[in-house]
Amino acid sequence: MIQAAWIPRAIILGLFAFVIFGPLANMLMWAFTEVWYFPNKLPVEWGFDFWARVFKPRGNAMKSLFNSVFIAVFVVIICLVVSIPAGYSLARGRLPWRGLILLAFLLPQAFPSVAVFINIARIFYGMGLNGTYVGVILVHTVQGLVFSVWIATAAFSAIDSELEEAARNIGASPLRAFFTVTLPIAMPGIMASAIFVFLQSLDEFTGTFFVGVPDIVTMPLLLFTASMEGNYQIASITALILLVPSVFFMFIIERFLKADVLAKVGN
Amino acid sequence: MTSTATHGRARLLALLLVSPALLTVGLLFVYPLGFSLVTAFTGEQGGWTTANFVKAFDFYSNDIIFTVVIVVLSTILIGLGAIAIGGYLTLGEHPVAVAILKWLYRWPLFIPFIVAGQIMRTFLAKNGLMNNIFVSTGLLDPLQTTSLLDWRGIVITFVWKQTPFVALLVAGAMASLDRSTIEAARNLGAKRMRILFEIIVPQILPTIVIGLILSFVIMMSVLSVPLMINAQTPTMLTVDMAFRINAYGDYGVANALGFISYLMTGVVAWIYLRQGVRQGGAP
Repeated sequence: MIQAAWIPRAIILGLFAFVIFGPLANMLMWAFTEVWYFPNKLPVEWGFDFWARVFKPRGNAMKSLFNSVFIAVFVVIICLVVSIPAGYSLARGRLPWRGLILLAFLLPQAFPSVAVFINIARIFYGMGLNGTYVGVILVHTVQGLVFSVWIATAAFSAIDSELEEAARNIGASPLRAFFTVTLPIAMPGIMASAIFVFLQSLDEFTGTFFVGVPDIVTMPLLLFTASMEGNYQIASITALILLVPSVFFMFIIERFLKADVLAKVGN
Repeated sequence: MTSTATHGRARLLALLLVSPALLTVGLLFVYPLGFSLVTAFTGEQGGWTTANFVKAFDFYSNDIIFTVVIVVLSTILIGLGAIAIGGYLTLGEHPVAVAILKWLYRWPLFIPFIVAGQIMRTFLAKNGLMNNIFVSTGLLDPLQTTSLLDWRGIVITFVWKQTPFVALLVAGAMASLDRSTIEAARNLGAKRMRILFEIIVPQILPTIVIGLILSFVIMMSVLSVPLMINAQTPTMLTVDMAFRINAYGDYGVANALGFISYLMTGVVAWIYLRQGVRQGGAP
């Protein structure tokens, strides 16, 4: 009886696994292919030649990997510097129109963004920001803010304010109470928001496509160009490099984003 | 007197703390958005006009319909998939099967759209891994294989990428439901399908709808997937906007198309809000 119940279960789970991992398997195969042509069902030659080409010093790929990480690090720093005070104020402060302000940070995710990016690129062009790091960092920052502000707000809301008052009562200044009591407790949530912002910047394509051209090539743009040129090996290796942090963070994110913080998101 | 003064100072401080973040969104999002709206209605020589929209409908009415069909179809499939996954995670009878599904379904969650586009571009091609497997296992004849890299490819990629996101929200909402009604229905002998659609889904409808609206907006914003999967005509509005800019520098028509895509999401949001009002509950 028990075995019989497993037959439909196994078939459905197997199909589901095929749907999830089939496309990923195809990418992995392309990443380690030297030669693959029709009508061969599998690569004719396997190897690491394209990896060597991607990772050769001063190659295009290394440059774009550097660009992506460099930009993402700055985006995280700016987002945190701006959202920690904003999140604290939204969680604790006597803020008028609090709900509206929270919604304002959602705006960049609530509108189809291509037309907005086009206009940002047009405005930036007049300011000489197109094709510069600053321009790309700013475009990524505005998209990352919703994660950093909302999660920071939730993280600060989840902390009992009596802890801070206790610190104040024994003579700590407001700043000191914040930095020695409140901020350390909120840190897991802040780290989670930093991860979200970092990933979102690393993976960002559309904004960089309009604002970064022609000088700033990030990993997603390199992937796109390689794929359009039909160079599936380079495209798949780039895709794999982008995929690793995404999957890694997916498995560890629950450690940072605790249920008590998650329950406060958007409140 | 002093208390109102401290009160005023506290408010000022709170505003001051939030203002750098607000200013960033204002300058880098609200201002360009306004610019986009104004440009959509501005003629080449200046002055208000609807010429951009006439041209947009002339050239791209097929693509507007194509976009609506793809995004609506994907949204429906994502909704059904998410309910199925969430439902099995909540009602599944065997803990091992539930654990396997829980581990499986999340993989695409954080995979970037550009990566999803690339892997589907190889997987769904005429000679891609999917057709190769079907041919090798005898499911398909080599002559029957077709490339799915058209509207079907876009839908498949969107559903593959977005279902885990909505399923995560849905499963979370289902897990926090009161189990007693579910158990009661089960003890009365109700089938799992009935429990899912008559007891569970109605209670978590707001969560499903929020997840689907977010997905709808995301799919309306993605440029990489339609560019990589289907660059022929008809194609999606995002591709048309990029083309108007890169090929002609035609900001008027590009922004008119942008305005049309804002309207589409606006309609969806309006339906949602009206639904919320009719049900008398908070959205």
